[in-house]
Amino acid sequence: MVGEAVSARDEILARLRTALADSPPPVQVPRGYRRVDDRPDLIATLVDRLEDYKAVVHHGIDALPRLLSEVGRLAVPTDVPADWLAGYAGELHRDSPPLSPAALDDLDAVLTGCAVVVADTGTIILDAGPAQGRRALTLVPDRHICVVRTDQVVGLLPEALTRLDPRAPLTWISGPSATSDIELNRVEGVHGPRRLEVVLIDSGA
Amino acid sequence: MRIALFITCVNDLAFPATGIAVTRILRRLGHTVDFPADQTCCGQMHANTGYRAEAMPMVRNYVDVFDSYDAIVAPSGSCTAMIRDQYPHLHPPATSVAARTYELSELLVDVLGVTDVGAEFRETVTYHPTCHGLRMLRLGDRPLTLLRQVRGIKLVELGDAEECCGFGGTFALKNPDVSTAMLTDKCARVRDTGARVLAAADNSCLAHIGGGLDRHRSGVRAVHYAEILAETGATS
Amino acid sequence: MSRPVAPATGSGRIRTPLPFPTAAKPAVADTQLRANLHRATRTIRAKRARVVDEVPDWEALRDAGAAIKADVQRRLPELLEQFEASATAAGATVHWARDAAEACRIVVALTQAAGADEVVKVKSMATQEIELNEALEAAGIAAYETDLAELIVQLGDDTPSHILVPAIHYNRAQIREIFQRRMADAPADLSDEPAALAEAARAHLRRRFLSARVAVSGANFAVADTGTLVVVESEGNGRMCLTLPETLISVVGVEKLLPTFTDLEVFLQLLPRSSTGERMNPYTSMWTGVTPGDGPQDVHVVLVDNGRSAVLADPVGRPALSCIRCSACLNVCPVYERAGGHAYGSVYPGPIGAILSPQLTGVADNASLPYASTLCGACYDVCPVKINIPEILVHLRQQAPHPPAERAAMRVLSWVMRSPRRWAAALRLARVGAGPLGAYRERRTGARTLRRLPWPASAWTRSRDLPLPAPQTFREWWGKQ
Repeated sequence: MVGEAVSARDEILARLRTALADSPPPVQVPRGYRRVDDRPDLIATLVDRLEDYKAVVHHGIDALPRLLSEVGRLAVPTDVPADWLAGYAGELHRDSPPLSPAALDDLDAVLTGCAVVVADTGTIILDAGPAQGRRALTLVPDRHICVVRTDQVVGLLPEALTRLDPRAPLTWISGPSATSDIELNRVEGVHGPRRLEVVLIDSGA
Repeated sequence: MRIALFITCVNDLAFPATGIAVTRILRRLGHTVDFPADQTCCGQMHANTGYRAEAMPMVRNYVDVFDSYDAIVAPSGSCTAMIRDQYPHLHPPATSVAARTYELSELLVDVLGVTDVGAEFRETVTYHPTCHGLRMLRLGDRPLTLLRQVRGIKLVELGDAEECCGFGGTFALKNPDVSTAMLTDKCARVRDTGARVLAAADNSCLAHIGGGLDRHRSGVRAVHYAEILAETGATS
Repeated sequence: MSRPVAPATGSGRIRTPLPFPTAAKPAVADTQLRANLHRATRTIRAKRARVVDEVPDWEALRDAGAAIKADVQRRLPELLEQFEASATAAGATVHWARDAAEACRIVVALTQAAGADEVVKVKSMATQEIELNEALEAAGIAAYETDLAELIVQLGDDTPSHILVPAIHYNRAQIREIFQRRMADAPADLSDEPAALAEAARAHLRRRFLSARVAVSGANFAVADTGTLVVVESEGNGRMCLTLPETLISVVGVEKLLPTFTDLEVFLQLLPRSSTGERMNPYTSMWTGVTPGDGPQDVHVVLVDNGRSAVLADPVGRPALSCIRCSACLNVCPVYERAGGHAYGSVYPGPIGAILSPQLTGVADNASLPYASTLCGACYDVCPVKINIPEILVHLRQQAPHPPAERAAMRVLSWVMRSPRRWAAALRLARVGAGPLGAYRERRTGARTLRRLPWPASAWTRSRDLPLPAPQTFREWWGKQ
């Protein structure tokens, strides 16, 4: 097993094993960081964080018809709950058959739900689960309207990870698209949706 | 308590006033100070420039000279950091004496429990926390705590105080352009304060900043803070 | 098992063509560059400090991050095999590259196999390191950088000068000028407002995103137990590249592994706050192999050594592989702020570059970089994975080839200082020898200092007066009492 027959894979692994000839001792990872949030009002924190990132927050399902009335052409995942669209009079584009990127680019907004939301960082996580659709759907249209149920909100990031399936394609969204590439000043609005609107609905009600 | 003074090589040759000041402060507080004559250098310049093997004889000499003392005081943040942080790795028998080696403000505040050393100094002073004192020894505001008790002193805050002055030992010679750029900014912040005296815990950094201040005839005097703590208003 | 194979150093854009002091000289003299870097680094320092200070368990997160990375290094071979198995099971194809050239060959071949003559790229340090764009171009494949800063650098025919913000050396007016000169579809009345410049980049890249067939990315993290790759970004260019093309090729350094998906709970807290100074970056994408009907259906991962095995082989320098490329150390470094990133000659500038680049290439090939630091320690304080950069710098200096004159002087000095008798004699000699000069200078100028000396002492006296020995040494004062 010498010479040209050695694959890159085997050679790299062999190099790394040689490099560890000093047998570093086992490592105990100290996990003394917070894994559960003890703040009393997560929703207030979430709203603060979302608004800090220039996302627009609306309260209650009743806010949806007014929001959607401004939208001429709306993309939705195939399994969007019917009551979210109650009274919608515009052009509705369900993602079935899948809308092409060019077709999505012609639409004004997309309406989805989400999987989990992290209050501490104002992060909305999509996992292609119910009412979310595939990744392109929430990427190409310039406006993303996202319905968040209060029971989907957790305090800290570690709490969110336990609710996610790593095999699903995951998109974590914290505010609208932004860049800090010019003089390290943040400006909102580059390639992703330039408007992010969150409709918070109380799942207990 | 048997206290020994480790003067450091640079202070012995070029800044004896700092060692004299440390001696006076400790005697004024009622302590006896020894100066073991066989001391040389901590080896920091050699070790940090890539000559660890050449530093080792100095490390061993330090242990031989100082191991019998209860406390060793050095008026230098960076030499103290060399001894405390690097000696135990370089030379394990040095671990114990390294732990008994203190920068002046640590000895005064932590070991001797003193913050008012009975000094008087009627000047406007700004304080630069040198990097090794700040980030390796974690001196915190110990030197400032001591300076605040000095009668007559007017302390003014230095802008961007925690930023390195650009000395860095042989860095100043190996990277003269970057070193000079950092020095220029540090001197500008010192002059912004309007202070007439710049104090710090390391004479090597002070030689660099003071040398820059002198070059621009700024009229600001750079002194080790021990020299301020030694003043009683009786002399100068 | 296999017989011992020596770890190997890497190639690519990781070497200083000029010694750091030489390369830094024009940068330090460039007042516009100095002003740009000053403003940008201070902005980001303040933002980072604010969002780090609000996290009560920041130190616990750092401790966990450092320990997880140390564990990864210790178990790197087995974790790589685990990653390969999980990613393959999820539908990805895993490739291995010993060095930069091999990694480039793999990406070129995959692009050609996909029948594409252009790729869209997500900002990636690994592809900059292996000089992938040049390799693609040589194969007749156009590479389009889509990150705003990378786009600026590419349009300006420049190289990145910062890990997070490759165009940090430009201000808004300079960026507008580059866009007007090189971006054919830039609006004629383009202003230098950051929002307008971002809008121009959006319009410029839109069609390219919607039609791209092959994308090339790096990855911030590769999760061994699930085969998941993670890309952390802000603009959405990453999502575009990771979602719309049919083929996705990710070039990943072998050190990017994390043992478990749960470990992301540490790093996704540490990275954004350390990097852009945000609680969370706008977009993070995670994908595990292929998801039918969603995103690229042809997914490749290229695992790259290119010198990482050599870094791993040094137990003291090994923690440099913990780096998560946040740039916090660059942003607080007073040397980086004055010299800029190009002076480091490598895609990895700043304090982390000063330890990583020489280890990737072998210290002799980057001998000036371990000295490009005052050892002030600001980098260590902000590092989210607690890499003791000053300690590794000092360690690498021991391996650096030393100039013969310096070595001779250091040896003489060591010979003198190791002997109390010789040192006392040397002090007396220096004091006596400098006595008349000191007295003369004191009479003339009021200070025992020198203003101008010949080389090499001129490196000191060019900007500061040099103190002469005092009229009596401390030990002489002590002896007289």
